[in-house]
Amino acid sequence: MAPEALVCKECDATYPLEARYVCEECFGPLDVKYDFSDLDPSESRRKIQAGSRGIWRYADFLPFAERPRDPLEPGLTPLIRAERLAERLGLRELWVKNDAANPTHSFKDRVVAVALAKARELGFTTVACASTGNLANAVAAHAAASGLDSYVFVPSDLEEQKLLATGVYGTRLVGVKGNYDDVNRLCTQLCETRPWAFVNVNLRPYYSQGSKTLAFETVEQLGWSLPDRIVGPVASGSLFTKLGRGFSEWIDLGLVEGELPSFNGAQAQGCSPVATAFAEGRDFCVPQRPDTIAKSLAIGDPADGPYALDLARNSGGAIDSVTDDEIRSGIRLLAETTGIFTETAGGVTVATLAKLADRGDIDRDERVVAYITGEGLKTLDATRDGFEMYEIEPTLEGFEAEFEAVAAAS
Amino acid sequence: MAVTVKIPAQLRAVTDGEGEVEVEGSTVGEALDAVFDEYDDLRERITEDGGLRRFVNVYVSGEDIRFRDGLETELADGDEVTILPAVAGG
Repeated sequence: MAPEALVCKECDATYPLEARYVCEECFGPLDVKYDFSDLDPSESRRKIQAGSRGIWRYADFLPFAERPRDPLEPGLTPLIRAERLAERLGLRELWVKNDAANPTHSFKDRVVAVALAKARELGFTTVACASTGNLANAVAAHAAASGLDSYVFVPSDLEEQKLLATGVYGTRLVGVKGNYDDVNRLCTQLCETRPWAFVNVNLRPYYSQGSKTLAFETVEQLGWSLPDRIVGPVASGSLFTKLGRGFSEWIDLGLVEGELPSFNGAQAQGCSPVATAFAEGRDFCVPQRPDTIAKSLAIGDPADGPYALDLARNSGGAIDSVTDDEIRSGIRLLAETTGIFTETAGGVTVATLAKLADRGDIDRDERVVAYITGEGLKTLDATRDGFEMYEIEPTLEGFEAEFEAVAAAS
Repeated sequence: MAVTVKIPAQLRAVTDGEGEVEVEGSTVGEALDAVFDEYDDLRERITEDGGLRRFVNVYVSGEDIRFRDGLETELADGDEVTILPAVAGG
């Protein structure tokens, strides 16, 4: 097993495995092509199960000839049977993949681990990224762990928690006065003038491969079987489409039997270029100016939008959007029924799941997996007004005065 | 209008290595046509059926032309038209 080349997703032109991301023939995005001709499915399953306790157990499906060294290995996050949430939504079998349980508390650790390993292999000494927050945390942390210099570019109005959880690692944190799409454009331009590895620009074909590991883990944790449906967030569409690629790769190679799950994408209404294109039956996205509390999903010009639309349509899924109030309710619903505290992106996913269940789009017997991609402590403002705190004197009387009615009733 | 069109590194093989081209044009479409007149191979690489390919972004002074009037977006003297790949980020 080995990565063979970079190949254009639009016109199939091939390129060597270098730091490049755009097809020079048609400007399409490049993706990694592998040679799996000598793969034996049962031997491969054995090797995975005997592997490390993280994403590198899937090294044969990642873009490296040999397993790289990684000081901060992410992955193997919990897949939890969410019975109380299922009951609330009228579903039978619901699982929550809690990817907040990664080193920097989001799925971005997966893609960054892969990108930084590739950056080191290609000889880069400085890494960089355009981020809505979670990627910033991950790049800063993994660069620190690997001894690489880093520049992290974010919109300057990002949540304070995400800025603090980036700066602490000693990166050069650059707040750009603009939205994420401005940051992304700037980084695309900087990529031409600086000899740096931008994880989600010139290393994006490798970086995005890391998201496949979320699909691999799901299959393994479900006892080498597939979900019927998945619900996950859509920002650029990279995670969403690479989840699809992960399931498809293993189905095609015979590591798991069955059909590709239905793919339901989740966006915030205040930034829903993919959901809008889905609803209008278009195969391209019209960019939007984001205005939502789900800042980690606030990408108005999503690079993988067309592919996310294809995946949702071809798998019998959909792309939906939810309001900021629904997002806040989604965060609380997940917390109150599973004990998992997610950030706004997870609120988008749970609110979309609830909407699908409510609409009757999910058969009662389906096995559903919802992807929770980030941690609630990073977006505390979204939960600020959801409850009250009782303040009492430090005496029994003080407690009884406040809770007399409650105590008497129970 | 005299404007500058900035060519991304990935397309410079067809502009003899030029990263900037000075042309005349009163709209983005006219300016790009003027560049294509000079470098014919560029047209095929970034356009399709008369429009831009779906992974091509064009900015005027930092703003995506899809937020303005697309290829009809009017240009002022000295404007900078930047072509960039739309396949980064996220």
